[in-house]
Amino acid sequence: MITRMLIRSLDKGSYWFLGLLALIALLVPILHLLLPPESALHVPGYAVALMGKYLCYGLLALSVDLVWGYCGILSLGHGAFFALGGYAMGMYLMRQIGDRGVYANPELPDFMVFLNWSELPWYWYGFDSFAFALAMVVLAPGILAFVFGWLAFRSRVTGVYLSIITQALTYALMLAFFRNEMGFGGNNGLTDFKDILGFSLQSDSTRTALFAASAIAVGLGYILCRLITRSRAGMVLAAIRDAESRTRFLGYRVEHYKLMVFVVSACLAGVAGALYVPQVGIINPGEFAPANSIEIVIAVAVGGRGTLIGAVLGAVLISYAKTWFTGELPELWLFALGGLFVAVTLFLPKGIAGFLLARWQAFAERKTAPGTAVATNEGAAQ
Amino acid sequence: MSDLPSSVLYLDGINVSFDGFKALNNLSLYIEPGEMRAIIGPNGAGKTTMMDVITGKTKPDSGEVFFDGAVDLAKLDEADIAQLGIGRKFQKPTVFESQSVADNLQLALSGVRGVLETFLWSASAKDEARIDELLEIIRLTRLRDRMANSLSHGQKQWLEIGMLLAQDPKVLLVDEPVAGMTDSETVETARLLREIAQNHSVIVVEHDMSFVRDLDVKVTVLAEGSVLAEGSLESVSADERVIESYLGR
Repeated sequence: MITRMLIRSLDKGSYWFLGLLALIALLVPILHLLLPPESALHVPGYAVALMGKYLCYGLLALSVDLVWGYCGILSLGHGAFFALGGYAMGMYLMRQIGDRGVYANPELPDFMVFLNWSELPWYWYGFDSFAFALAMVVLAPGILAFVFGWLAFRSRVTGVYLSIITQALTYALMLAFFRNEMGFGGNNGLTDFKDILGFSLQSDSTRTALFAASAIAVGLGYILCRLITRSRAGMVLAAIRDAESRTRFLGYRVEHYKLMVFVVSACLAGVAGALYVPQVGIINPGEFAPANSIEIVIAVAVGGRGTLIGAVLGAVLISYAKTWFTGELPELWLFALGGLFVAVTLFLPKGIAGFLLARWQAFAERKTAPGTAVATNEGAAQ
Repeated sequence: MSDLPSSVLYLDGINVSFDGFKALNNLSLYIEPGEMRAIIGPNGAGKTTMMDVITGKTKPDSGEVFFDGAVDLAKLDEADIAQLGIGRKFQKPTVFESQSVADNLQLALSGVRGVLETFLWSASAKDEARIDELLEIIRLTRLRDRMANSLSHGQKQWLEIGMLLAQDPKVLLVDEPVAGMTDSETVETARLLREIAQNHSVIVVEHDMSFVRDLDVKVTVLAEGSVLAEGSLESVSADERVIESYLGR
């Protein structure tokens, strides 16, 4: 049955996309590990980490597209789920440091020693286990999304009001995580990670493994999104997006569908955050900043809302542009981002992917026999 | 209460007010199984509010709404009521614009409604046959794979009626089905509704008098939130109070 559902969910474009991801997941590690640094084709270590980071944003963009593009829920707080997944991974990485910290305390992370804490807070228990941390990567954002979504969707909060409270959610979490008493490292967050599953985070092979894992996660996330959006449940989601009350009067529990897709999306965002943290080496409350969540929404709009592949593309493009701008013209980045958003809204309302798709369809139509065109015209005349 | 067992819809003494404005004022209405009823009345008479009360969108401040003699609709929400078998067509045609005509009907087909069920669901031959049948009834067979947003206004209205039929409801509430339609579309819609009324109870809210005449059914006149008159179109048209409040304008 699973095979049948997969076949139903994936189209030609999906296979191309997945093939491309697989190619990247193989090629980048090969070019990084096997070629000598002098070679022109050698991919340096920093670039591998950077591309891995882009892929994490790609996964986050997928999760945003799933709720926004397919169910019309514009979340301006998805960065919160991303950051929670990141913190869960960060807590595991902190526990792995053990007595190699500055204060060499085998039990407590450095920041707790600094704050004169005598023992580990209860919510840090279990994070020395990788499996437990992985469960938390999915559960922490999932449970938050469930509680938040249950309250919001049951009260029928929709549209711009929902967007505003998601924004408030991530802002409130940012303020909370800034506080030292919270026990998550306050302003500085969690950093100075040493290794993951016993492999040094500084080594080339760990870096490439994390990169490949990110590419695989994007692929699996994409397949999951396709499974959902191409099923009848996906049809219901689109129905909710287009005519919510109609869907309700057909007998569908709209709030259940919204809750399901919101929770799945939050879990995906959490996984993205968990892969992001070991590759950038730090997680701090800045990840909860409202601007992050807005940036990823813009990335989805630029790439093409409701296309999944476009969302990943948009996230990679925007992150690359951000890297370039913050290096070359840092003060202009926000203007460029805003300008790009305006330009895309005006000239490419369906984003880059939507534009390419329309072009491709026009091209394919020109290839088909004129007879079919006549048939559609007759239908229109009826 | 003697009407209760035989009525498919039983509204008794319904009051609804919004910020002091009495939208429904002690409204009582009984619909027999298989009956088709036209509801007319001037703007603000409470026609749409009455539908909101039946379909669970608005809760009555007081009064009773029973479906099928036993089910208290005031305690249920929209999804429950729809699943019981009460279908509703909006004034403005509301179809799922970005999905095909066939998919619109597919979504409306009675049966699976839960999140997990719909995720695992796949189309059966029986569903396909039912969709073909519905497409015949609403005369959209040739537009089966068209996106709903490319349909004309009249075609969207018919598609929405088709979606109601797909739900296989016991009662159909239809709000101004011919608003904005051409004359030939109006005639076609009257035909469609009469066909449907053969095996469903139907309540039609309408402004268009010639259309109501075409339907040729019992008429209820609403005014200021309560029933003003009931009977054939001829008898209510002759009623002094009706003329005063509505027809005589």
